[in-house]
Amino acid sequence: MIIAQQKPLKDIAALISECNKVMLVGCAGCVTVCLAGGEKETEIMASSLRMMREVEGKPLQTITYTATRQCDPEYIPPMDEMVKDVDAVISLACGVGVQYMAERYTDKWVIPALDTKFIGGSTVHGEWVEKCGLCGECILHKTGGICPIIRCSKSILNGPCGGSQYGKCEISKDVDCAWQLIYDKMKALGKLDKLMEIQPPKDWSKSRDGGPRKAVREDVMIG
Amino acid sequence: MRLQYSTNIRIVEMTCTGNVDHRVLLNAFEEGADGVYVAGCMEGDCHFLKGNIRARKRVNAVKKVLDEIGIGGERLEMYNLSSAQGARFAQIANEMAAKIKELGPSPLNKARSGNGCCGCSKEGETK
Amino acid sequence: MKYLSKLHKILDSGQFAVTAEIGPPKHASVEGVKHHAHMMKDYVDATNITDCQTAIVRISSIATGVHVLGAGIEPIVQMTCRDRNRIAMQADILGAYCLGMRNMLCLSGDHQKFGNHPTSKNVYDVDSMQLIQALRRMRDDKVFFSGEEIKECEPRFFIGAVANPFADPFEYRIDRLEKKVEAGAQFIQTQCIFDMERFERFMEKVRERGIDQRVHILAGLTPLKSWRGAKYMQSNVSGMIVPDSIVERLKSAEDPKKEGVDLCIEQIKYVREKIKGVHGVHVMAIAWEEIVPEIVERSGLYPRPQVDPSELE
Repeated sequence: MIIAQQKPLKDIAALISECNKVMLVGCAGCVTVCLAGGEKETEIMASSLRMMREVEGKPLQTITYTATRQCDPEYIPPMDEMVKDVDAVISLACGVGVQYMAERYTDKWVIPALDTKFIGGSTVHGEWVEKCGLCGECILHKTGGICPIIRCSKSILNGPCGGSQYGKCEISKDVDCAWQLIYDKMKALGKLDKLMEIQPPKDWSKSRDGGPRKAVREDVMIG
Repeated sequence: MRLQYSTNIRIVEMTCTGNVDHRVLLNAFEEGADGVYVAGCMEGDCHFLKGNIRARKRVNAVKKVLDEIGIGGERLEMYNLSSAQGARFAQIANEMAAKIKELGPSPLNKARSGNGCCGCSKEGETK
Repeated sequence: MKYLSKLHKILDSGQFAVTAEIGPPKHASVEGVKHHAHMMKDYVDATNITDCQTAIVRISSIATGVHVLGAGIEPIVQMTCRDRNRIAMQADILGAYCLGMRNMLCLSGDHQKFGNHPTSKNVYDVDSMQLIQALRRMRDDKVFFSGEEIKECEPRFFIGAVANPFADPFEYRIDRLEKKVEAGAQFIQTQCIFDMERFERFMEKVRERGIDQRVHILAGLTPLKSWRGAKYMQSNVSGMIVPDSIVERLKSAEDPKKEGVDLCIEQIKYVREKIKGVHGVHVMAIAWEEIVPEIVERSGLYPRPQVDPSELE
């Protein structure tokens, strides 16, 4: 899922300092699961902003709503009435949701409340780690199910580099060397010979480098 | 035991401090409470194992929010005591009430003149 | 046979090579570089020119290489994969060649986190293995990385790579070295050797697989100036192993600098005489270039062999 984290409250408050009424929109998708922008976080943020403004002597009115998914245009129109008289919309969705909101409400200033961080999963409750580099052409079958594109700090395809020591990456003793993990897994699988094949340069045109991407399934298109 | 404790504490009963959500705490402040303290069971004695431990983490998180929004994290505290510690309960109540009195009313306290009312078990708001 | 470079000729003719390292400065004056080059000129066969080492902005390795070449030393241009995509890399490969450079060392590069621009984006469009392979294909197959033909004057580099026997997993370091040789590496410079026992184990496995017959391995050695420097490398540089005995030796020395030089000379003699398969040394006198002539001379590696330019391509 998409992992996001809230921006500092002060930064959000500064962005809406001129507003009298704002709408905070949460998302019941990924950001609910990673506890950054669900119904609860939306209410906490609204309450915090209201109190902050009350203390400053410039009371703020808020409306809160949590969309099923802000990344799906069909869940945006139910907010049409609510956004009418607000001065700004604060979206607690990932970058995709923020854009759908901005796209529909062309005359509204839409503010992102979160920093969209990465695609990952949780390790323990309250901790998430990056696992997928969205490169557009999965090679996990070649690397023992460990993604070198995103988990190696240098995205090396023929690793590990000379900075790998005691199983850790050169950037930090807290970061596992992905290639050490790949080596261990391939060894356990009895497939170390696979690592002797020189992996050719990656086709990054399938990644973001080829421009914004699109996925199409014509057979499921309606109409 | 007929223990005396500060009368301006309103008790909000919760099933377990583990059920104390960030929002409940923030709501109390938004409604004008000058201080809030969460009274949970002794650590290690939680009927739900870790409810009180988790509550403390949340209290700490909300303290940070209160600092950030200009109310002050020191207006929120967490205490651990057992239901058999009546004297300790009264002591905490008085301690907290005194501390809040010293801090003065919360900027969100509409009355500002202070002194509301009553009292009884898990979560106390001092007004 | 014509050789790609002087270093190529020296190594291929079985002579024990000596290379050193020149680190470009963090400003736009090459006076220091020229000074170091003139000083080392007769004592080394070639010098590496580092490519923004430890991710700190410096004069580019190729621009510095021009001055080093002008001072009479054959440069080994280092090229990391950190800062350039394959387009920029090839442009620089062509550029370096047209400026007279004939040796290129391919490496991953230190992560930018440690440099003076930690908020920059790293590139790693290709990795060091792919760079070696592509550089070989440019020379031997006359094609760009994409496979498109190079119609004339293909860059013909003597290709180098690095190996770190002190990084993990140890067993895979030999595999990866072999992989680099397969990709096209003709000479290898190792990471600074302080743990001689581990390097010997590494070389033993290299010889078992005959890799030393297929590539020229130059042992990387660094003279230490102080025990603090040794301690720093021991605890702060990933992929380095500095035994306590070395730290202690410098600590108890009356003149630590002299001790560091003595130690380096002992190491050079050791790898040359005792470890089969080592074809040269790479002296990395980090921020201590002045000491290189003394080390070379006292190690019995002076004078250096002369190469007749007519033997080169």
